[in-house]
Order: sequence, then C-alpha cells, then structure tokens
Amino acid sequence: MSHHYLGSIELWFSVTAALALAWALIFYPMLAIWTNERFKKWPVRRYLFWFAGVTAAGAALVGPLSEQAHTSFSAHMIGHLLLGMLAPLLLLYGKPMTLLLRSLPRDLARLLSRILNSRYIHFISHPVVASLLSIGGLYILYRTDIFIWMHQSTIVYAIVHIHFLVAGYLFMMSILYADLTPHRYSFRFRAIVLILALAGHKILAKSLYAMPPAGITTTDGEMGAMIMYYGGNLIDLAIILLFCYSWYKATAPGRVVRAI
Amino acid sequence: MVSVDRSTAKDDIEKYEKRNFWSGLFFGIGLMAFVDEVIFHQLLQWHHFYDLSTPQIGIFADGLLNSFAWFAAIGGLFMFADLRRRNAVWMRRWVASILIGAGTFQLFDGIIDHKVLRTHQIRYNVELLPYDLAWNIFGAILLFAGIALLVKARKERRSA
Repeated sequence: MSHHYLGSIELWFSVTAALALAWALIFYPMLAIWTNERFKKWPVRRYLFWFAGVTAAGAALVGPLSEQAHTSFSAHMIGHLLLGMLAPLLLLYGKPMTLLLRSLPRDLARLLSRILNSRYIHFISHPVVASLLSIGGLYILYRTDIFIWMHQSTIVYAIVHIHFLVAGYLFMMSILYADLTPHRYSFRFRAIVLILALAGHKILAKSLYAMPPAGITTTDGEMGAMIMYYGGNLIDLAIILLFCYSWYKATAPGRVVRAI
Repeated sequence: MVSVDRSTAKDDIEKYEKRNFWSGLFFGIGLMAFVDEVIFHQLLQWHHFYDLSTPQIGIFADGLLNSFAWFAAIGGLFMFADLRRRNAVWMRRWVASILIGAGTFQLFDGIIDHKVLRTHQIRYNVELLPYDLAWNIFGAILLFAGIALLVKARKERRSA
C-alpha cells in the first residue's frame, strides 16, 4: 500500500537541517554568555529549554525517526508532535527573542523591535490567525494531495516541516506570553482560542482514525491517529498548565495589574 | 495578607462568591470528563475511541467538549488556588458547584453525546437500556445534590 512513498529525502535537506540545528546549539549559549557581561546572568533553565527544544526538533528532522517517518504514518505523527508542538513549546521558554534583543547592537535591536511591532507580525501572531496557520495547516496537509507530494518531493517535504515548526512556534507564542510579546490579548480571549485550537487538533486526530490520508494502511493510520490524539493530550496538558500558571502569577494579590 | 480597599470590599466578596461557583463548576466538569476517560475508555474499555457509526458532528462535538473539559479541570483548580491565597474559599459552595458541574457533564454525555449525536455508546453488544438509565440517573443525582447543597450554602452567611 505504500506505493506513494516514491523518493527518499534528498541529502541537501538533511545537511541543511543538521547545520541549522548545530548553529542553534552553538549560537544560543554564545550569545547568552557574551551578553552576561552587560546584563543579568542568563538563567540555566533557559539553556536547558533551548537545548531540549532543538533536540526535539532535531529528532524529527534528521536521524532514524525522520527516515522511518517516510514509510510509517505512526513515525510521522511522532515527528509531528515533536516538531510542531513540543519543540516550539520548549524553544519559546528558552526566550530566544529576549536573548536576541539583548545581543544585537543598538541600531539592529531597534530594527528588530520595529519589525516585532509591525502590523505584519501583529497579524500573524494574533491567536486566531496563528491557530489557523498551525491547526488549519494540518487539515490542509492531511486532507489534500500535499501529503502525497511531501513524500515525492524534498522541497515540499522541507516546506511542510519548516511550516510545522514555525507555525507551531507562532501558535505557542500567541497563547503563552513567555518571551517578549509586543501584541497582547486578554487571558479570557486566549483561553477561548486555545480551547478551540486544541479541539481542532483532537477532531482532526479522530477523523484521521476514521479516514487516514491517501496511501496509508488502516492499522498504520489508526496507530498514527491515536499517537496524535493521546500524545497531543499530553502536550495540551503542559500548555494549559503553563497558561493557567501565568494567569495565577499575573493576578497575584497586591500585584500591579499590567495592561494585559 | 493584602488589605482590601473598603470601597470595593463588597464587590470583591461578590466577585469571589462567583469565582467559587465557577471554579467548582469547571473543576466538576473536568473531573467527570477525566473519570469518564480513565474508567470507561481506558480501564473497562467499554467506550470506543471511535466507533464506525460515529457521524462527523459527533467527532466534532466530542473534540470540543474534551478540549473544554481538559482546560476546565486545570483552570478550575488554579481558580481554587487563587481563592485560597485570597482567603476567599467558600467550601460548601465550591463542593456544591463541583457536583453541579459533574452531574451536568454526566447528563450531557449520557443524553446529547450517547443518544442525540451518537458519538459512542456506553457499552457494546449488551442491552443498553439499564446502562443508559444508570448513567443518567447517576448524573441527575449528582446535579440535584449539587443544587440542594448550593441552596443550603446560600442560606448560611459567609463565615470566613
């Protein structure tokens, strides 16, 4: 039944991904240690979050899991959870934007802050837009021919996987204000969007169980859908805990309430 | 811990009365969804992850309800933690609203999910009626116990 899996991933993708991951592992601590001279010491836990996030993304992009993902829907789903949900969550708590802003020379930092404040970033980091980009993107991937093309063309494969990571990150940062957040919305609004987005993920997982994407065997499809559903539940739990905890901290008695 | 501005003290009491109710209601809904998942899906395996006759609308409603229940369970407990640190827990009212939340979820699941949307049944290859009756009567008992307790809580003045 796996006649759709024609080509294998070309080498350039693996090499580029491995290089990007290595850069992320090298530059982050370099910037943090370098800026420690001028600013507060960068906390150890942020390094750990960052390294864990890069590792999660790496496991999905290069190595044995990514190779298996080419022939197994279950392996693909594990990769999807790692790359699209777990890695973005961990990377966000490494606060890369804060680190970047304190590392850049003044003019570049101003430019970055102008970009972050731009209407474009405002638009794509709106909770509803970010949810549509990430969860909506999944519906398009699994319910159109893109899923077949992804297995035939390395370029499509690369775009899909970069989208997983970027859209996942955008979603996490639109809901959890862990890093610098220029455009803010109330807890109540974000809670509603979060519930709807996570529901979208669950609904898609169950519908994939009922009807797997083209070219996937029933058993593999059912297994992959269960992984998506229950694995997603675990990460949902972490997101909801972090979200509620940030509400708990922000509304502490005696604390001056911020604009949101 | 923190002194409350006199002009807003009364508003605060009302606000935290309400928060006791919503905290309990959310937690009750989440708790029942959790019990349903652990006992009927995982331990007994009576419920199915998906049964072939589930219509699209069933999957849709189930996903929404589950997502809301996850959030409600955790959010409800964080609201309770907030009430505790403000010394504003009203235990009887809180427990009453847990029962109301749990009973409402049970009835909703039993009537809307199982019967109207037919997401899944309580158990398969058995005479369903006694199961459905037990399920919904249990839900109704929880709901009415909660309402009774809430009425009682209303009658007493807040002591804390």
